[in-house]
Amino acid sequence: MRQLAYHEAKLEALRELMEEDDRVYLIGGTFFSLSPHRLGFAAVEKAYPDRVAAPPISELGFCGLATGAAMAGLRPVVDLTTGSFLFEAWPQVCNEAANVLYMSGGQVRAPVVFHMLHGLRGGGAAQHSASPQAMLWNCPGLEIVLPSSPRDVKGLLKSAVASENPTVFIDHSGLFDTEGPVPEADHVPLGQADVKRAGADVTLIGTSLALHRALGVAEVLAREGIDVEVVDPRTLVPFDLDTVMASVEKTGRVVVVDETHQSCGVAAEIAARIVETGFDKLKGPIRRVATLDVPVPYSQPLEEHIGPSEGRITAAIRESIG
Amino acid sequence: MIPALPKTQLLAQCRKMLLVRHFEEALIGLHHEGRFRGHYHVYIGQEATGVPAISLLQPDDLLFSTHRNHGHILARGGDPGRLLAEILGRRDGYNRGKGGSFHTSPRELGFLQCSGVVGGILPLGTGAAYAAKSRASGQIAVCLFGDGALEEGAVPEAFNLASLWKLPVLYLCENNGKYGAGNAVGAMQSSTMAVYPLTDLPAAYKIPAVQVDGTDAAAVHEALNESIEAIRSGGGPRFIETLSVRWPGSETNWPVVKAPTAVDLAWDVSGIPEDVRAWYRDSDPVLRFMRELVESGQADKAELETLNRSVLDQINAAVDFAFDSPYPELSEAETDVFAENR
Repeated sequence: MRQLAYHEAKLEALRELMEEDDRVYLIGGTFFSLSPHRLGFAAVEKAYPDRVAAPPISELGFCGLATGAAMAGLRPVVDLTTGSFLFEAWPQVCNEAANVLYMSGGQVRAPVVFHMLHGLRGGGAAQHSASPQAMLWNCPGLEIVLPSSPRDVKGLLKSAVASENPTVFIDHSGLFDTEGPVPEADHVPLGQADVKRAGADVTLIGTSLALHRALGVAEVLAREGIDVEVVDPRTLVPFDLDTVMASVEKTGRVVVVDETHQSCGVAAEIAARIVETGFDKLKGPIRRVATLDVPVPYSQPLEEHIGPSEGRITAAIRESIG
Repeated sequence: MIPALPKTQLLAQCRKMLLVRHFEEALIGLHHEGRFRGHYHVYIGQEATGVPAISLLQPDDLLFSTHRNHGHILARGGDPGRLLAEILGRRDGYNRGKGGSFHTSPRELGFLQCSGVVGGILPLGTGAAYAAKSRASGQIAVCLFGDGALEEGAVPEAFNLASLWKLPVLYLCENNGKYGAGNAVGAMQSSTMAVYPLTDLPAAYKIPAVQVDGTDAAAVHEALNESIEAIRSGGGPRFIETLSVRWPGSETNWPVVKAPTAVDLAWDVSGIPEDVRAWYRDSDPVLRFMRELVESGQADKAELETLNRSVLDQINAAVDFAFDSPYPELSEAETDVFAENR
């Protein structure tokens, strides 16, 4: 199978979406952040000048605009740059887009995609490093997508745009230069977790960039004979509990690694679901490796200290095995 | 004045104004009888804005309104029975009971969202206009909102986008706070803006903006007609501020009908309590419209009496329909969270 870099797969998805469906409009254009890969996107902008819009700095206004355009028949993909700026658009995303289908009794759909980059990115400090997925998970009506591989970013972006619902697509700039297989014709549905590494001793659950840390730790521990299974939910909403529970049934031990803050975070919700569904399958307590409950510091060692580092993941797995 | 329209259209507008008025008077009565719970906002005093304005739209135009939407829905041809059923949270409501008064939004009439978030619909309506322009559909989007919306940050952001991208959107700002007494005398507050007239705000974003008397159906008709034509011919967004005087019945959070609307009141307000009489004499748009219809020779009082009775009969039937409608099944609470993906 062909290998692609993550940024190549993402660009391919954007290009194919524009080619395949003339309802797709891109509002904002920093899908590759400030990375050099943004230059690849310039070709898409050039090919579709009428369908790639550069909005003013008004997240509230243009997220509402994209939502209204979706209600009226387009398939907009709106870019918020960093997840921290989603807070500027909160009322339109969480109080308009998320509610419209339900509030209208099923009459009106808003198939809009909100794209952003989340998480600790190296010097982003407190106002450019947010991982808003836990807050969003407490907002019914939004689908939440977190790709971690070249195959997933392409397939999930296409599924997000095809979805009938408002979808938050949360990417991570730390993934852009990773590589992996990407089938030519592929479909990655929302709501299907992926076992990224099979193992027998511990289930390690993670998404996005944290998933790569999990895989790295699993390889290191394999040399000691600790066999870690790594499960990537890929989408939080819908959440594929079946695949997670199948792994938990096999291993009986669970560590959840995630970049959201610990309290009421993604790891907390996943742990709760596992406990409610399969307490009897567990051989010990579930451990969370999340970002500490502090605003994100700028200084490099401090930023590294608060995040779900390899060291903390390794320690959590050792504790779990006991 | 009344719009320069054929008699049949004028009587149809008069009927809709009476429908909105009697619907809300009935609603207030039902609430006072404790027959439904929840908060609601009435359109009383603004009927001569919504009815002529909405009559100028095309069937496929896209509408956005607010918590104060009853008048807009009925003006657009909404069924008062289904509207009331929605306000009661019943199964036959437009939103199957999931929206209520604030959010009733009949998609079949072109309503995409009635938002209870003040100012929330301005970005949405601007986006619907973006879709219409992108697809060259010929539709326009219309945002119907109050003066308070201009205090929200979403509004200038929407103005900027609409103006930059020349989007086919009409912003109809119904300023119902003219002479509003405000908190000083215990009344509901109207908007608190540093910018007056309100048209200065859209004008700063290069959106042509005019102010008209919202109780004068002819003035509303003319302003809307001109603006809608300009928007449809690619002129970009327009803003209209209509002025109406706060109905004395909305002096408190919970409306009170001081005097039920009747045809005779258009000529004789002597039976109305003195403290609120001036509003009925000078500022009630429905009484004014009926008075002008007769004075211009377009109708006589007997015709209006017949019209009024037919509206009251329709409202009675609507009330029966709505209360006969069952509550939704409890399982409905968990439907419509997500649309099914194929």
